[in-house]
Amino acid sequence: MSYTVLQHYWWAIISILGSVLAFLMFVQGGQTLIYTLGKTEDERTIIVNSLGRKWEFTFTTLVTFGGAFFASFPLFYSTSFGGAYWVWLAILFCFIIQAISYEFRSKPNNVFGHKTYEVFLFINGALGTFLIGTAIGTFFNGSQFSVNFANISNTGNPVISRWEVHSRGLEAALNIHNLSLGITVFFLARILGLLYFMNNIENEPVLVRARKQLLSNFIPFLAVFLFFVAWLLLKHGYGYHPETKVVSLVKYKYLHNFIEMPLVGLLFLAGTLLVLYGIIKSLLASYTKGIWFSGIGTVLVVFSLFAVAGYNHTAYYPSDFDLQSSLTIENSSSSRYTLTIMSYVSLLVPFVIAYIFYAWKSINDKKINLDEIKEESHVY
Amino acid sequence: MFDNIDLSMVNWSRGQFALTAMYHWIFVPLTLGLSFILAFMESWYVKTGDERWKRITKFWMTLFGVNFAIGVATGIILEFEFGTNWSNYSWFVGDIFGAPLAIEGIMAFFIESTFIAVMFFGWNKVSKKFHLVSTWLVAIGANLSALWILVANAWMQNPVGTQFNPEKARNEMSNFWDVILSPVASTKFIHTITSGFVLASIFVIGVSAWFLLKKRELFMARRSILVASIFGLLSSLVLILTGDTSARQISKIQPMKFAAIEGLYTGKEQAGLVVVGILSPERGDTAGIGNNDFVFRIEIPKILSYMASGSFDAFVPGINDMLYGNSERGIIPAQEKIERGRVARETLAAFKKAKDTEDTAAYNLLKNKFYDTEFKEDYFRYFGYGFLNDINGLVPNVPLTFYSFHIMVGLGFYFVLFFILFLVLLFRNKIENRRFMLRLAVFTIPLAYIATMTGWVVAEVGRQPWTIQDLLPVMAATSHIDATSVQVTFWLFAALFTALFIAEVQIMFKQIRLGPKEGRK
Ligand code: HDD
Ligand code: HEM
Ligand code: HEM
Repeated sequence: MSYTVLQHYWWAIISILGSVLAFLMFVQGGQTLIYTLGKTEDERTIIVNSLGRKWEFTFTTLVTFGGAFFASFPLFYSTSFGGAYWVWLAILFCFIIQAISYEFRSKPNNVFGHKTYEVFLFINGALGTFLIGTAIGTFFNGSQFSVNFANISNTGNPVISRWEVHSRGLEAALNIHNLSLGITVFFLARILGLLYFMNNIENEPVLVRARKQLLSNFIPFLAVFLFFVAWLLLKHGYGYHPETKVVSLVKYKYLHNFIEMPLVGLLFLAGTLLVLYGIIKSLLASYTKGIWFSGIGTVLVVFSLFAVAGYNHTAYYPSDFDLQSSLTIENSSSSRYTLTIMSYVSLLVPFVIAYIFYAWKSINDKKINLDEIKEESHVY
Repeated sequence: MFDNIDLSMVNWSRGQFALTAMYHWIFVPLTLGLSFILAFMESWYVKTGDERWKRITKFWMTLFGVNFAIGVATGIILEFEFGTNWSNYSWFVGDIFGAPLAIEGIMAFFIESTFIAVMFFGWNKVSKKFHLVSTWLVAIGANLSALWILVANAWMQNPVGTQFNPEKARNEMSNFWDVILSPVASTKFIHTITSGFVLASIFVIGVSAWFLLKKRELFMARRSILVASIFGLLSSLVLILTGDTSARQISKIQPMKFAAIEGLYTGKEQAGLVVVGILSPERGDTAGIGNNDFVFRIEIPKILSYMASGSFDAFVPGINDMLYGNSERGIIPAQEKIERGRVARETLAAFKKAKDTEDTAAYNLLKNKFYDTEFKEDYFRYFGYGFLNDINGLVPNVPLTFYSFHIMVGLGFYFVLFFILFLVLLFRNKIENRRFMLRLAVFTIPLAYIATMTGWVVAEVGRQPWTIQDLLPVMAATSHIDATSVQVTFWLFAALFTALFIAEVQIMFKQIRLGPKEGRK
């Protein structure tokens, strides 16, 4: 495969991982609803256990997303993580406290009491989703950094990528468009969480509350999402010239990307419709399979957003400080050799998905209810 | 924006990485070993159909779960810290280093996390066979995670299969198989996972001994000791063997680390191995020709020479030989390496300039140098030295490395005896009366943790100042951040991890006290 094809292939893999991650963040969304939906200790136990059997997936997908990004676009790793230090560390803190919470929550002698672990889960759900969304927003709105390979031969300061503002990434939250993506992701995660509960839990009071919550999360979600999309389509973007590689601001760049890559545009529309269909159907009838429509819809929408951010000669991680420092899939990727090796490894992915699917089917064919938890030996 | 690298920031970053890595390493070795012990126990259960074995398996599985969760929590930090705190490193070697990390995610972590779910929740839902397979897959997955990260770490100690690309100012992978099949990587992998096996075996024996002391769960305790002491004994033999191989490899690829391990300042022939020693505060004074390096030592003659090169008479270079050179032995002085590193760096700068001024002739000439074998051998391999000003910066912390190594090795031999003793006592059928031995077993648990931890101190502190041996010193590996930010996150991590650690230990103790019956909730 040619170098360009490999770079596009790996951007597709990153996009798939990112979009699957967005779907799996129903775990995070669900975590913000433990007390809203669970009014008794038993109800909360059901909710936590229903999420507890899935959290590792989301977590591992996040870890793999990070690893794959490192391997395929190391310049992003070094520029964004090393620069937007505070944002990424805040995200990490949100995930450390999640990982132990399930296992420790119901264990006797857990020092801090089960409430603390539930607060941890809430923080992970609320802040984690919001921050990740806001950070991804900078893919469309740019950050303040510079990249200069020549620095490596400068002994005084050999660092190649430098963040040029002191706020270390926190400034992303000052941009309304970034914020709107953060809030969208937050509400989307909650909606997916609700739909997941409807499909996974067998407990009348919880389900009744879930359906009610669905509406009150749907309205703000729709508003912010439409705002985000409208702004995206109307805003300028960061394009680069195919030959000279010079980056410049291009009017309606993302709108053009949707039009010039009609398949991506279609995926986006289809995804949006599926998300809405899943939600509305669950609102109107006592329908429990909405998660599948909205989940697949989420994957398609997020995938197409990654696609317009990186394909069609677009700089996916733009710098407002120095346009020419902006990262593109061409200038930030690993070498051709490494991408080739990694592509062989990526052939394992379908196999991985197959065994995950098989393993889950084998232990998950029944909904969770109180009886099941009572006889289970491993309870969160 | 900032003009110079802030050394205190570098040190806080090192501290933060060390802190988080060491927290991760508290939990990982138990996962590595206990997962196999679970698999052995469950296999026995499936084979015999004896429900008592199922109960034993489930008890250890609960402890496994508590430990696993916090291992995961500490691992994710490390992965992202390569970007946040070592961003220059992430670019300079990301083309090579990133791949194992990604493969780890795709190949190992998913196996682990998927089958862990079956292992915990599948008892009443899947067939016995499938459950057993899942338990085995958890063990294999966990150890595969260790494989890939250790390949990455071994590569940093011994960078092979790579070619510098001046255009991109980074090292690029030129041969994947050289990277993953490097002998340093395989030794490191086997040594490290077997250290986990040994630790887990000691953990199981120690906890079981506590039950025997309390006269509870006698059947479970005795059987667990049986499984663990056999597994531990075999593992500890492999551990010593690979430890020895490690040392031999270090003497070739990281002679400075090797000298530090032995506290050897002045090189000599027929060098002896210091078994026990106390370093002198005035050590390293060249005039004293090595006589005052130690206040006290017990030495086995000639063994060090043998370890390093398989001959009792061989010359082993000391720290001073590496610093000041030794023309007789063909060792280049460090100052000379610094000069050569500077030449490599200046060549790179000239190359950039030629590119900017579009001087094609100079551009091609300079570019080709980086692909020229002679230039690579004579200059580029010392690239990292070009960042250093002072040759004394090349010496790692000798006392820390020396004592850590000796503690680890001493404990390694002790563990072999320990496992043998427990096997003998078990077969003589009088283990529950030996209260002293049982207490010893409980107190050996922390020693196992000390041994693995000191092992990493040897490996990581001993390689200072290098992040990538000879190519990238720590101070050039860093990110462009300010010391205060790192200080703040350091203390946040320290507080959070310590709190979680305390909770984990309390939960563990409680679960052990509850024992297998009520051991779940
Ligand atoms: C239970 C733990 C344990 C025990 C008893 C030993 N080791 Fe070890 N050792 C480790 C646990 C460990 C480790 C944590 O797994 C390390 C850290 C890095 C690595 O590769 O393995 C290590 C590193 C390590 C290194 C440095 C490797 C490097 O820098 O790349 C050497 C030379 C040895 N070991 C040698 C030995 C010898 C000769 C032992 C003889 C008894 C021994 N170790 C026992
Ligand atoms: C600095 C290097 C390291 C990084 C970046 C790293 C990264 C990680 C990450 C991200 C996880 C969580 C995975 C999940 O989602 O399930 C993890 C867990 C794990 N890591 Fe590490 N790790 C490092 C060092 C090591 C070493 C040296 C070993 C073994 C020799 C190891 C073995 C494991 C194992 C067995 C787990 C499973 C969870 C547990 O600890 O019980 N890791 N690591
Ligand atoms: C899990 C066990 C590990 C422990 C206990 C450990 C310990 C340490 C310590 C003590 C330092 C600081 C050394 C100093 O500055 O004096 C350090 C630095 C570092 N280690 Fe490790 N380490 C571990 C695993 C790893 C692995 C598996 C990798 C890579 C794959 C790694 C990569 C690094 C890096 C990049 C640094 C920072 C740069 C440097 O100081 O050289 N470590 N580690």
